[in-house]
Amino acid sequence: MKVTLKVWRQKSRNTPGEFKTYESPALNPNMSFLEMLDVVNEELANRGEEPIAFDHDCREGICGTCSLVIDGKPHGPHQGVATCQTYMRSFKNGDEIVVEPFRARAFPLVKDLVVDRKALDRIQHAGGFISVRTGSAPDANNILVPKENADLAMDAAQCIGCGACVAACKNASAMLFVAAKVSHLGLLPQGQPERHRRVKAMVDQMDAEGFGGCTVTGSCEAVCPKEISLDFIARMNRDYAAALIRGEPKPIAGSGAG
Amino acid sequence: MATLNSNIPAGPLAQKWEHHKFSTKLINPANKRKYKIIVVGAGLAGSSAAATLAELGYEVHNFVFHDSPRRAHSVAAQGGINAAKNYQNDGDSVHRLFYDTIKGGDFRAREANVHRLAEVSVNIIDQCAAQGVPFAREYGGLLDNRSFGGAQVSRTFYARGQTGQQLLLGAYSALCRNIANGGVKSHTHAEMLDLVVVDGHAKGIIVRNLQTGEITRHNADAVVLATGGYGNAYNLSTYARGSNATAIWRAYKRGACFGNPCYTQIHPTCIPVSGDYQSKLTLMSESLRNDGRVWVPKKKDDCKRNPADIAESDRDYYLERMYPAFGNLAPRDIASRAAKVVCDEGRGIGETGLGVYLDFADAIKRLGEGKVRERYGNLFAMYHEITNEDAYQTPMRIYPAMHYTMGGLWVDYNLMSNLPGLFVLGEANFSDHGANRLGASALMQGLADGYFVLPATISGYLATQKPDKRPATDNAAFKQAEESVQTITKRLLNNKGSRTPASFHKALGKLIWEHCGMARTKAGLERGIKLIGELREQYWKHVKVAGEAGEWNQSLENAGRVADFMELGELLCRDALHREESCGGHFREEYQYTKNDAEVQQGLVNPGDVKRRDDVFAYVAAWEYAGEGKAPVLNKEPLVYEEVKMSTRSYK
Amino acid sequence: MSSISSLYKSSLGQKYVMAASGTLLFLFVVGHLVGNLQVFGSPELINTYAHFLKSKPLLLWGVRLGLLALVALHVITAVQLSLANKAARPVEYAKPPTYGSAWQSRYMLGTGSVIAAFVVYHLAHFTALLPGINGVGDFRTLEATLPGGEKTHDVYAMIVLGFQVWWVTLFYLVAQAVLFIHLGHGLASMFQSLGFRNHIWWPRIQLFAKVASIAIFIGYALIPVSIYLRVVGADYAETKRFELKPAALVEPAAATGKEAK
Repeated sequence: MKVTLKVWRQKSRNTPGEFKTYESPALNPNMSFLEMLDVVNEELANRGEEPIAFDHDCREGICGTCSLVIDGKPHGPHQGVATCQTYMRSFKNGDEIVVEPFRARAFPLVKDLVVDRKALDRIQHAGGFISVRTGSAPDANNILVPKENADLAMDAAQCIGCGACVAACKNASAMLFVAAKVSHLGLLPQGQPERHRRVKAMVDQMDAEGFGGCTVTGSCEAVCPKEISLDFIARMNRDYAAALIRGEPKPIAGSGAG
Repeated sequence: MATLNSNIPAGPLAQKWEHHKFSTKLINPANKRKYKIIVVGAGLAGSSAAATLAELGYEVHNFVFHDSPRRAHSVAAQGGINAAKNYQNDGDSVHRLFYDTIKGGDFRAREANVHRLAEVSVNIIDQCAAQGVPFAREYGGLLDNRSFGGAQVSRTFYARGQTGQQLLLGAYSALCRNIANGGVKSHTHAEMLDLVVVDGHAKGIIVRNLQTGEITRHNADAVVLATGGYGNAYNLSTYARGSNATAIWRAYKRGACFGNPCYTQIHPTCIPVSGDYQSKLTLMSESLRNDGRVWVPKKKDDCKRNPADIAESDRDYYLERMYPAFGNLAPRDIASRAAKVVCDEGRGIGETGLGVYLDFADAIKRLGEGKVRERYGNLFAMYHEITNEDAYQTPMRIYPAMHYTMGGLWVDYNLMSNLPGLFVLGEANFSDHGANRLGASALMQGLADGYFVLPATISGYLATQKPDKRPATDNAAFKQAEESVQTITKRLLNNKGSRTPASFHKALGKLIWEHCGMARTKAGLERGIKLIGELREQYWKHVKVAGEAGEWNQSLENAGRVADFMELGELLCRDALHREESCGGHFREEYQYTKNDAEVQQGLVNPGDVKRRDDVFAYVAAWEYAGEGKAPVLNKEPLVYEEVKMSTRSYK
Repeated sequence: MSSISSLYKSSLGQKYVMAASGTLLFLFVVGHLVGNLQVFGSPELINTYAHFLKSKPLLLWGVRLGLLALVALHVITAVQLSLANKAARPVEYAKPPTYGSAWQSRYMLGTGSVIAAFVVYHLAHFTALLPGINGVGDFRTLEATLPGGEKTHDVYAMIVLGFQVWWVTLFYLVAQAVLFIHLGHGLASMFQSLGFRNHIWWPRIQLFAKVASIAIFIGYALIPVSIYLRVVGADYAETKRFELKPAALVEPAAATGKEAK
């Protein structure tokens, strides 16, 4: 099979970009989408043109590095998989496929199809953790976690941090990502002490990064390679409201060291 | 010749670590912040080490080539993590985990290291659970366990099929906390391209910013490498495409010894190769072997037939036949080699004939499809995505693939290489798995090294260093290292060749797989070394790298990594050639049991099983770089077993 | 105060404001519908009701101002959120992604604007009684006598005469259809924004949103349609039509009134 690719090419953040059209060489339907790009890139390189820059790493759908909006859909036509697990058999011979980078103000473009998603890390820095020093943990079975909570936390924890939710949302909102992180820790007993501080800090950082807000369109859920549910956004909204109502903690009165 | 002192503490095995922690010098809390430590890599070992060192008060700088530390390839581990918790009351203990690991490694690992690993394994689970890693639970809220590849007890903790990701997210969250409070400075999209050695001590690194191409120098009182394994030398592997050996290879060329490079692990349950375009092999979790049965047709003629049409009596469940005690759960090296044997007999299945069936029909009959779906649903879905086949209806096709490297930079008991100040953790070092790694032990080792071992041992070295004497980045050694990096970059970019680095990588991978894969011979290895040498020559003549140095340039990144694999591949073969025995993942066809051996007649092993030669090869081969175009020097660290008797590794 | 300002500063806080004001406006829409359905009774019924409301000016104006404030809050917040949302994606896709999202959800600002325009017209039409926009005449002159003998504004006649104008009825119907679309997404989203949702309740909430928005559409549409089709109040309208002054004749008077100020 062969396909025609319309690919976004942009040398760097500050130079204008444009779509360029490439005819693929003969492809095997069992190729992954990224392997197809590899093949196209080899051809480009052999012709002396610059290969298409795209992000990828594990190629088994877990590292969250690959991105791409394929024919208007982040991670391509299938549900519940990342671009690296999209196979050419999902397309027809002669198809024209439009390939674009994830677009969001919070994801500045690096080159061609590569964007910078460090904003997601900064949200994690703001509070995506349980403060436990190495060596200070109690025996693991001292903390009982109801199976249904553990399972639900796991549903949220599956998030691979790819940012497809942002790419899909018409508002470029990172709510699903943040909600998954907040819910994962907020559902576990270990996460309770910092639960409200965490949700407040992470949501505020999300706003500061310039992501849009949630209008509950459901696109994020539809493209999420791990099919993370909108339920978690509601859970986060609930937690954030509780955090607002509780307000900032009372400042500690000064007490000198003993 | 390098001096290799393993620094194994004296005393009884079970107390060595305790004693060693006590006798290691500490650093005053007020002084810790004066010490600067570089941690390269942010997988399980790197993230956990960086976070823990920062918690102790050191100034930590963490470097990853990814855009985020969370993407390191530890993320892809599926099955689980071992720990000697004995929560199942099935007879597990620290000593049993220690023994299983030593035996699993075919008696080629250091006793003291492995025992320490088993000891701290229990702390790892506590630490991770407290961080909020959503391990599988029972209804009562307690942690669930399963048995995993080659173990007769249930000691594996897991989080669905993504234990690696969940553990990494735990370590990453610890890292985030320390980035937020200023303890760790995180450098992302930052690839280490050289190690800086000042007066024989590792004192810094040279880094390329992948976004801008900028080359920078970073100094420190100690450098920690946690950069993973070198399996991508084979090109096709279960590694991430970006996984590379550049950091450890450049450290090797700066004087760090490389331990046991020929110990590579081939994982038995991967999806078979489907074509030349393939960039990556996908692993199907070993946990599938808990319920799946491995078989091939008894008759060659049946290989192309629909498996459903092959009668039960015409099927050869060869693992159950050859290793009745362990059956389908035989350790990885054994299961892989058995698959190769049946395929070499012409009984392999699939288009290429390089594949065996992993059949769930019995499990579905016994447990019901619902239960199977619950246990392996995500894996079956993944298999379906890749192959377009429904494993509930027809058996999976699997074949072994390059998966893990037990070899790595040589380190002593403190995880310090022979280059003082250079510490190596996780898969990047050689220390704990001997010649073969058991399932669910890689995660354990990475986290043990990062959370518990390095933070306790590094002070011993730092106490000998004065932070105010730390070499500045304008030191001649930094300048020289940066120039050497620039030279390589220029050479690659200015080469007016005609072939892409990727095409060379493919060729290299094929060469190594063919000559130094699952079965190795003297003649094959010699030929491999010659061909790799020729390919390397071709590389520098004909490689063509697009783009410029001062920008995001994946061709350039890749070109540098492939160049290092070219050299490493040769060392891999050299080590395999010199080790004239078979052990674990290293199988030399000349050294296998035959039906004339007493062990076979006693029923301990099968003909074709690996035959060790403890009298000559019970040592660690630590290779030392001797300079461009010169043969590397072999250093030997004898393996002294005080507790365990080296014995024939039997899984019958 | 600080928690109110921090509420409004965060995107989530603004969503709470949208949801809370939306909930109250929805309750008003329901109440208003119940009041208006009295048009299917005798003229006295709705006229008495209207008279009752007018006899409590404090309550009436309190509610009116409250509603106005809610509308203002709902609209201003919506505009602010939309601007922020637009800014979050400076470069659009060549193929805008649309999958997975219900189409109603993508046009909330558009449907909201139509509803806002309708509210302005509706207030001018039946509350401010601006002549010249209703296509019939001056509603201010309509008068009815309540069973108690009191004189009051004839609301029933106004409604009946008003909806006999085809384009008025059509505009109201369009507006109701748009409200239906707006509520179809908005009603369920309110629960989501305020955090009242889980995997069990979400299908029920969506069902509620569907049923409620359909019921509101049918209820509100029934009034103009049945009047336009002369099913309701056709005879009464004829007896009252003569009371109407044509709008053109009224205008000079209104103008004089202004001058008199």
